[in-house]
Amino acid sequence: MSRITKVLLNLILYSGILYVGIIILSKVFDIGTKKFLEMDSRKRKIVLIGFIVFTGFIPLLLSKNTYALRTSILVLIYIVLALSLNFVLGFAGQLSMGHSAFYAVGAYTTAILTVNYNVPFWISLIFSALVAAIFGLLLGVPTLRLKGDYLAITTIGFGEILRLILINWTSFTRGPAGIPGIPSPSIFGYTIRTNTGYFYILYVLALMTIFISHRLLNSRLGRGLIAIRDDEVAAEAMGVNPTFLKILAFVLGAAIAGIVGGIFASFIHYVNPDNFTYMESVVILTMVVLGGVGSIPGVIVGATVLAILPEALRGISTYRYAIYGILLAMMMIVRPQGIISMASLKGGGANGNSSSQSGN
Amino acid sequence: MFMEQLSNGIALGSIYALTAIGFTMVYGIIRLINFAHGDLYMIGAFLTYTGLTLFNMPILLSFLFGMFGAAIFGILIAKFAYSPVFKAPRINLFLSAIGIAIFLENFAMLLWGPETQSFPSVINNRIYSFIGIRISSLQLIILGATVVLVGILTYVVQYTKLGRAMRCVSQDMDVSKLMGINTNRIVYLTFALGSGLGAAAGTLVGMYYKAVYPMMGFVPGLKAFIAAVIGGIGSIPGAMLGGLIMGISESLGAAYISSGYRDAIAFVILIIILLLKPEGLLGRGIKEKI
Repeated sequence: MSRITKVLLNLILYSGILYVGIIILSKVFDIGTKKFLEMDSRKRKIVLIGFIVFTGFIPLLLSKNTYALRTSILVLIYIVLALSLNFVLGFAGQLSMGHSAFYAVGAYTTAILTVNYNVPFWISLIFSALVAAIFGLLLGVPTLRLKGDYLAITTIGFGEILRLILINWTSFTRGPAGIPGIPSPSIFGYTIRTNTGYFYILYVLALMTIFISHRLLNSRLGRGLIAIRDDEVAAEAMGVNPTFLKILAFVLGAAIAGIVGGIFASFIHYVNPDNFTYMESVVILTMVVLGGVGSIPGVIVGATVLAILPEALRGISTYRYAIYGILLAMMMIVRPQGIISMASLKGGGANGNSSSQSGN
Repeated sequence: MFMEQLSNGIALGSIYALTAIGFTMVYGIIRLINFAHGDLYMIGAFLTYTGLTLFNMPILLSFLFGMFGAAIFGILIAKFAYSPVFKAPRINLFLSAIGIAIFLENFAMLLWGPETQSFPSVINNRIYSFIGIRISSLQLIILGATVVLVGILTYVVQYTKLGRAMRCVSQDMDVSKLMGINTNRIVYLTFALGSGLGAAAGTLVGMYYKAVYPMMGFVPGLKAFIAAVIGGIGSIPGAMLGGLIMGISESLGAAYISSGYRDAIAFVILIIILLLKPEGLLGRGIKEKI
């Protein structure tokens, strides 16, 4: 009985702290976006470039602290993964819950090609993207006719089937034992072994993904996707081809997830099916929604917060995931539009739940 | 061999059916994939286990204790985690449910510990065989409990005022409100009923496999959804049919195809059904209003 009281008291205490934390964080980001939007375009550019340069120096600042550097690499991996899911969920409005499957396909492609066939890392990375894109196409063509919850559950099913194949097809994937000994990449004869090297590879990839997201969002294709997300029937009536665009978003997201998977495999030198469970997909999805569906800075903030949080909570490790669950539910109640919502970026609806996007 | 797998499949299928009914009822009313449903099933099993071992209650009483406890959990979740998000975009409700599912799993780990607890064997398990069919008394109990619970549920839904109100709310919540139905109360009661049925299924599984553990609800939760979709989501007879189809095909598939792909069979059936008849076997198609 005393155990129940203790657990309950602790949970109430932590939830209270979380609540206050969410409120403060939201206020800070609200003020931040407002300030940023009030600047003229030159000042904005300076702030952005300053931010990019500063984050580029992180490995130098953290060079003494390997643990923090490894965590920042994980943060970058999750930023790219979350952005790649954002193509599907944020732009096209399709609730995909099997994103870790594409990540797994990419990681296993690189692992098998480099270990079994001695293919150079960079070439196998291209194959990772291609194979993941093919899987995206294979999944997208039949399932994107489904809507909302049905699509979600089918993509969960796809992820689970893929994981079971990875476990059971032992002659090809070595099953639950995983594939060890994935080599490090090399550029111009120089082999990248340090964490700093991996940081910069992922940093470039993250910048590229942000660039692609940004350009896509403001292009003909991106506007078409957003039109589909807001109202598919109306978009179709306006001459947008929903099926084609949805599949395009799916394939693009899958290909980028595949590339990150390949880099991840080389970073930890080992892949096994447990790295790519359904929980992984949920974590990526949570990052997107927590940050603000569709908003690029929001997704980056969401991925950063949620990738650091489990590490920061290590001190109270038994309560870690219970708190994670509470945070998720509480965030949806207190701030359903995410930390930096898409609407607030356009200058309106910064506070209040009046977002007109109906998600799914 | 075939007959054994078949009776095994029917027992398994009736457990899936019980879980799927709770699921489909909640979906019918608030259109939410209740990801926490599988975890309420786990909570129910643990509460029954606690009733049996800590309070030394007789089996029937602790069974009811588990069902009522899980029903209270269901109401609390609906009140504090779901109803504040009803008006927000759908994906928020969805993620709130996932958050609650993660929370419940870890809450159970904090209270009962992460390791598997062995469920006390309360029933002397005998094997009966007649005309070549071998069936154990546990399987008979599972089947009997399912039939009784589904019977009670059908009576409640079809012949009582409460049931009529529930069917009403699932058709149109706003109009039900206009007709003087207290929709909030109906939503909470539906959650209570669904969670109670889920808890019953969890307890039966605990009895069948003689084990309870915090992650036991995760895969059954997904399968309950699949069973509900196969039968046509929102339809109670459909959920039963879907549960039975899944249970039988899973035991036969595990025996004759490959036991490693046991959990994949459910998803393969799901994908086939969604592609061929997306509204489910007994479901009615809903036309989209423009």
